[in-house]
This record gives sequence, structure tokens and C-alpha cells, in this order.
Amino acid sequence: MSRVERYMNNQSHMEGAESRGLKPGEVSTGTTIMAVPFEGGVVLGADSRVSTGTYIANRVSDKIAQLSDHIFCCRSGSAADTQALTDYVKHYLSQLAIETGRQPTVKTAAHIMKRLCYENKDKLMAGVIIAGWDDVEGGSVYNIPLGGSCIKMPFAIGGSGSTYIYGLVDASFQEGLDEGAVRDLVKKSVAHAMARDGSSGGIIRTVTVKPDGNARDYTPGDKLPYGPAGW
Amino acid sequence: MASSGSGYDLSSSTFSPDGRIFQVEYANKAVENAGTCIGIQCTDGVVMGVTKPLLHKMLLANSGKRIHTVSDTCGIAMTGFVPDGRQVINRGRDEATSYKETYGQSISPQVLSDRCATFVHYFTLHGSLRPFGATVVIGGYNAETKKHSLHMVEPNGVAFQYYACAAGKGRQPAKTELEKLELHKTPVTCEEAVKQIVRIIHMLHDANKDKPFELELSWICEATQWKHAGVPQATQKAAVEWAKEQLEEEEEDESDDDDDEDEMEE
Repeated sequence: MSRVERYMNNQSHMEGAESRGLKPGEVSTGTTIMAVPFEGGVVLGADSRVSTGTYIANRVSDKIAQLSDHIFCCRSGSAADTQALTDYVKHYLSQLAIETGRQPTVKTAAHIMKRLCYENKDKLMAGVIIAGWDDVEGGSVYNIPLGGSCIKMPFAIGGSGSTYIYGLVDASFQEGLDEGAVRDLVKKSVAHAMARDGSSGGIIRTVTVKPDGNARDYTPGDKLPYGPAGW
Repeated sequence: MASSGSGYDLSSSTFSPDGRIFQVEYANKAVENAGTCIGIQCTDGVVMGVTKPLLHKMLLANSGKRIHTVSDTCGIAMTGFVPDGRQVINRGRDEATSYKETYGQSISPQVLSDRCATFVHYFTLHGSLRPFGATVVIGGYNAETKKHSLHMVEPNGVAFQYYACAAGKGRQPAKTELEKLELHKTPVTCEEAVKQIVRIIHMLHDANKDKPFELELSWICEATQWKHAGVPQATQKAAVEWAKEQLEEEEEDESDDDDDEDEMEE
């Protein structure tokens, strides 16, 4: 059966974004993820809710995975798929670093992830954001949504919660913000998405990537910049 | 004369009692009988040149090339058995395209030379295969580090990075001339390197004994935006004229010295 026939026969594309593509019982990182670069690095942010249907399987999960010393990945979609992809990319990057004797670039990491997502698009449900720092481009962000396209962007948002904050981020983002302003923007935007998206919630995890070291941070659920506790 | 293999030279997969693999040494001999190949790393790029003897008058001079482009930013020159060299270069091309597909980045000359070296070495390990009778010289540009470099892979699979290298029939005198230039202390520009390669090749060529030859020259430099390209004909012609002048001056200097010696002294 051709891909088109299968698409027409299966009506699941009429269902919501999260239930389509998930196998029964599979766990989804219905999510809000975000990454914004600044001069000398990048800030990644994510919520922490993992759901199976209406049951929250993990309310404090870590959706920001490390791919190499200064390259990280925000994961959304099927938790199993994104974990497997992250493991592959981490492996390929470490092999490459040994062969070339240099740290890999964010562009290379994004390319490897893109190839895996595109070549296996039939079987995967994964939307990722690759962000990090390298000595060629500095801080950079690549968005790789469901189909396996790969676009370098001045900032990126993804996951089911991102749809609710496009307007907010478009209005708040400017070029040339410094590290603190970027982290505040990420936390504020993710908090707003968590307030409206049922599949996003919990705490906000952020990772700030800089050449001299990475910093992990989390904002507890009762200290969100916006939300029920903060109203 | 080389020692006889006495039975240890029948296969690549046999060591001799004194720890040599004769088949690989014989492969080196094939390279030593072939046209000279010279590579020079310059301040602003890499230059490579290979001589090609023109065996018959009926041959079209520009065909049967010995320098090939392997990716945008890398070129490979070869000497020795030409078909063997072609195989290594084809493998280099495969490695370059698969690297680009997997990593989204042009292959760097360091990684390319490692991959070619591994490939060449593989053929020195098996009884059913013979080693390549060709040495390849790799010149390229690393787009990430923004540095250019020169490498050479020999039939035994050894690969080094060089300031300047030579292989083939005239490699010993060529290496002597290159060392005189002290390129590791005072590197030259690509334009200057082209002239030096032409001069060295013409110096080695004996018009009476050797067949007429064609010199292929290529470079990767800022002027070509770091793409591997043939050295333009105009530059080559100018280099040949300069080289011939240099060599005539040197001959005159030598004959002046001889005149002094003839004078009787009282």
C-alpha cells in the first residue's frame, strides 16, 4: 500500500496531535520546549510533564539531553523515540570527535539528527531542538520538527505547548539580548505555555551552555513567572 | 641490489625473518619508477604537481590525468601505477561524499588522509590482495578550522602531514631542493611554490635520456576561494619561462667556475 493510501485509510490524522502516532500505552512528552542563543552561548528550556493519556507518568522529567560537551537537545513527541534518537546522535558525535580531534559543531549534530528523523519519518514521532555552542558559529539553534526538516533559527519553540506562545515569543524576542534576559524570556514563555497546555506542566528546567561550562537550573512549580501560584 | 625475497615475498600476509613485508617494499619500487610528484604547503594554500611522461606522439596531452578533485575542498595527486592510484582516489571520493551525507560538512584533509591510509593499509594485510603500487598526495582545506594542509599516503598505509613532500623517480633530488628552501621556517606563497615546483621538475628532466613530459599542476588557495582547481595556463607558462631562465643562469655560473679552474697559477 502506498503512503498516500495508508494516510487516507487511517483516520488518526484527524485526531489530536498527541494521540496520533503514539502506540497504545506509549508515553508522550507532550511538551513545551524552547531554545534561544545569545552572544557567547545559548539557553535551552523545557517543562517537565510526561503523560500517558490523562495520567502524568512523570511530573519532574528532564527533557533536555546532552549530546556532547557543549551541545544539548530538547525532546518532544514520543519519549521512546526521542531517547533512542538522542542516544544515536550522542554516539555518532563522540565517534566523530575522536576521528577529527575536535569538538563537534552544532551544525553537524543537527545534521545527524535530521538525517535520522527524515530517513525514518514513517516510524518516528519526534520533534527536537538542537542547541549549543561551538568555536565556528558560537551559540546556535536548529529546529527539527516532525517531518525531519532542519532549519537554523534565531530562536526556536516546539512541542504541543508551543502553539500557545507563538505570539508572546514573537513580541518579546529581540536580537542582542544578554544571557540573563534570554533566560528570563525562556522561563516566562515556557510558564505561559504550561498555564494553557494540558500536556505541559510541572517545573521549568533550563540549561545555559557556554564555552567555559554549562549551568543547569530549575524553577519549581510554585515559583513560576506566570501561572496559578503567581496570579 | 635489493635482497632476494627467498620465499618470504610471495604474499602480503607473510613477514620475512627480519620483520619486513616484501610485497609492500616491491610496491614502493613501482612508485619509485614513476613520474615525480611534488606537494608544497604555502602561506596561502597548497600546491601539487605531477609529471607525466608522454609515451607516444599520438597521445592527447591533456588526457590521463593524475590529479583529481575529490571534494570541493580536497584534491588528490598520485604517482606510481596509475590505475592503482585511481582506485585510491575513487575511494577518497566515496569517503568524501559519505562524510558529507552523514555529517553535513566537507571532509577535512586530515580525516580524508586517515581514511585513505586505512584503505591502502587494508590491502597489505590479505593474502588474496596485492598492495597498491601508488602514492597519493592530498591537499585540502578544513572548513571548520579554516586551515589548509598537505598529506601523503604511501603504499604501506603510512600517512603524514608535510610542509613539502615528493614521491616518484626524482624524489631524492626533489627533497634535497625542497629542504634547501627551508619551507618549514620560511613558507612561500602559492605563486612562488608553482615556480619552484616547475624549476625542480625541469632541473630533474634530462632532455637526452627522458621522454618529453607534461606537468600537471593544481592548487587550493584563497584565490580559488579554497576550491581545488588547476593552476591557470598563464601562470604555468610564466613559471616555465622563469624556471628555464633560472636553470640557464645556474649553468652559466657553473661554467664560469670551471673557467677559473683552468687558469694556471704561478
